[in-house]
Amino acid sequence: MRATAPAEPVRTSAADPAPFIRIDGVSKYFGTFRAVENVSLEIRKGEIFALLGGSGCGKTTLLRMLAGFEDPTKGRIFIDGQDMTGVPAYDRPVNMMFQSYALFPHMSVEKNVGYGLKHERMSDAERKDRVREMLELVQLSQFAHRKPHQISGGQRQRVALARALARQPKLLLLDEPLAALDKKLREHTQFELMDIQHKTGTTFIVVTHDQEEAMILSDRMAVMDKGEVRQVGSPTEIYEYPTNRFVAGFIGSINFAEATVASISGDLAEVEVPSFGGRMTARAVPGLAPGQALTLAVRPEKLAISRERPAAGNAVRGVVSDVGYFGKDSLYKVRLPSGAVLSAHSANARRAAEAERVATWEDEVWLCFDPTAAILLTG
Amino acid sequence: MNRRPVFLMSVLAFGFAFFYVPILSMIVFSFNNARLATVWGGFSTKWYAKLFSNDQVLEAAWLSVRIALTSATVATILGTMAGIALARFKRFRGRTFFSGLVTAPLIMPEVITGISTLIFFILISNLLEAAFGWKTQRGFTTITIAHITFSLTFVTAIIQSRLRDADIAVEEAAMDLGSRPWQVMKDITLPIISPAILSGWLLAFTISLDDVVITSFTTGPGSTTLPILIWSKVKLGVTPDINALATITVCVVGLGVIIAGVVLSRAERRRDLDAQMAYRANE
Ligand SMILES: Nc1ncnc2c1ncn2[C@@H]1O[C@H](COP(=O)(O)OP(=O)(O)OP(=O)(O)O)[C@@H](O)[C@H]1O
Ligand SMILES: [Mg+2]
Repeated sequence: MRATAPAEPVRTSAADPAPFIRIDGVSKYFGTFRAVENVSLEIRKGEIFALLGGSGCGKTTLLRMLAGFEDPTKGRIFIDGQDMTGVPAYDRPVNMMFQSYALFPHMSVEKNVGYGLKHERMSDAERKDRVREMLELVQLSQFAHRKPHQISGGQRQRVALARALARQPKLLLLDEPLAALDKKLREHTQFELMDIQHKTGTTFIVVTHDQEEAMILSDRMAVMDKGEVRQVGSPTEIYEYPTNRFVAGFIGSINFAEATVASISGDLAEVEVPSFGGRMTARAVPGLAPGQALTLAVRPEKLAISRERPAAGNAVRGVVSDVGYFGKDSLYKVRLPSGAVLSAHSANARRAAEAERVATWEDEVWLCFDPTAAILLTG
Repeated sequence: MNRRPVFLMSVLAFGFAFFYVPILSMIVFSFNNARLATVWGGFSTKWYAKLFSNDQVLEAAWLSVRIALTSATVATILGTMAGIALARFKRFRGRTFFSGLVTAPLIMPEVITGISTLIFFILISNLLEAAFGWKTQRGFTTITIAHITFSLTFVTAIIQSRLRDADIAVEEAAMDLGSRPWQVMKDITLPIISPAILSGWLLAFTISLDDVVITSFTTGPGSTTLPILIWSKVKLGVTPDINALATITVCVVGLGVIIAGVVLSRAERRRDLDAQMAYRANE
């Protein structure tokens, strides 16, 4: 039982006095196609903010508007209190790391990193120092004189990062920075990115379609769908307290069931769930009324599987129809009498031979979940 | 199974022979000691010596080189600008019309281009004479202008296709790093397309150097280019000194084409290598 779970997701952003970046009702239409629709976001100084969403949902377009490559059709963007409307890309205190890296093919690594410093008022010695510092930061000092086509993909990605950081921008935009790297290198680089962000204190906006990457990297994230922002919050808020079906389904896996509100008493609501074959108790969300139709959602790892009916909590009875063994955990598919199939994850905390496991094919089991684990979605 | 390659190979060999044997025989006979152009009389370089002491030939060669240098340079500058405008500025009024205008001479029969250019020059010169009493003559200037308009097309096409393959994000990256549009052009765009510019120039140079049709329409008295000279001499019969002259022309033009090809293919190979490495990094 997790009695300490907050009753409402914490939303400190609303209380923040002056956000560093304010995106105010921004839309972008290409002809009649709505690539970005009425997006409003506030991003704080020094945070890593992730934009997460499926392919074509407008992440890159939003980033390009921040960088100044596209003008919003509607709305305004403020960076550090300054209205960016009409400010060209070369005058913005923003640098971007491109999805394709976009390194200058005819310049050495060193020249690439130093290119942006040409326009800064600083002495040649200072410029040299800065380039050296940046190359050290991304551990590429020994490749300073190579051309981009003479280094590996991962090294190119770090050159792109160093080049974008060299001018010490107030805001760094990263478009799928790790998409081109293999899994191992990606995991390693995620932590490197966080480390670099920590050292430089730069505000990062990271675009990604990889939910795990967004969760690991970001302080807060926005989940986008078809040009609209569907929810903003910390990774925990997004994962544990999704506010609508899209976000709940997009992040991680989840079981959905149609439900109707039966009664509300304080913090808890009783809901009638036909496919579960009865009433379930769930943590209430504001604005519920008896008789209201909504969706009940439970994450697979919140469903405990057992042979005996548990003493407390919501319980559903079913038959194991499938078992997937992943090593560190197992996935059970449980068919309910109503025909609905629920997924339950359980950690393989003990070393057990196959015969000793909790349940196997065709076993009758109980699935149990705490009222706080049940999510009620009205959107 | 083995028949087809043999057949194909022999067709290919025949095609090549048809194309290159005349040129080779011309080169061989340019070293012929005999007066007759078609009977071998021993090796000699006397026709080359004769050529280089012929003032008429030297003058024509010098005129041709001057025209080729000037028209290639101007055509490359204008063609590069047109290519950039067409490839990079996606929406401007009359874009389709402009791109049609630039590429039309590619498919227009040369005779038509020649005649229309001639009519244009006559009109202009009449106008100049009527307005300022300024008598003009066709010659270096008119030939050069005609060559510029013609070779401009080729340069534009080369630059445009090179830019279309180039990653536009690279230019955006430069702008993102604080460069104004003209700096982006200078630091990024021009260096990246420089092989295409060089090969465009060489192509324009060779096109100008061996042009007969357009030149004959736009030339005037006293302005004889090398190809025109050869043309008029051939009318009186092929002599070994013409073989020698043609051999030199073939060498110069061939060298230009080869250099252009090498420059472009080397740049291309490097680009392929880049693409391969990027692809490998993606896996
Ligand atoms: N210049 C443009 N003209 C017309 N449509 C465009 C243009 N740029 C983007 N779009 C459209 O806008 C939508 C959003 O594109 P965007 O590049 O922002 O997607 P994304 O979220 O970055 O996707 P991905 O994850 O695949 O990179 C897409 O449907 C795309 O086709
Ligand atoms: Mg994108």
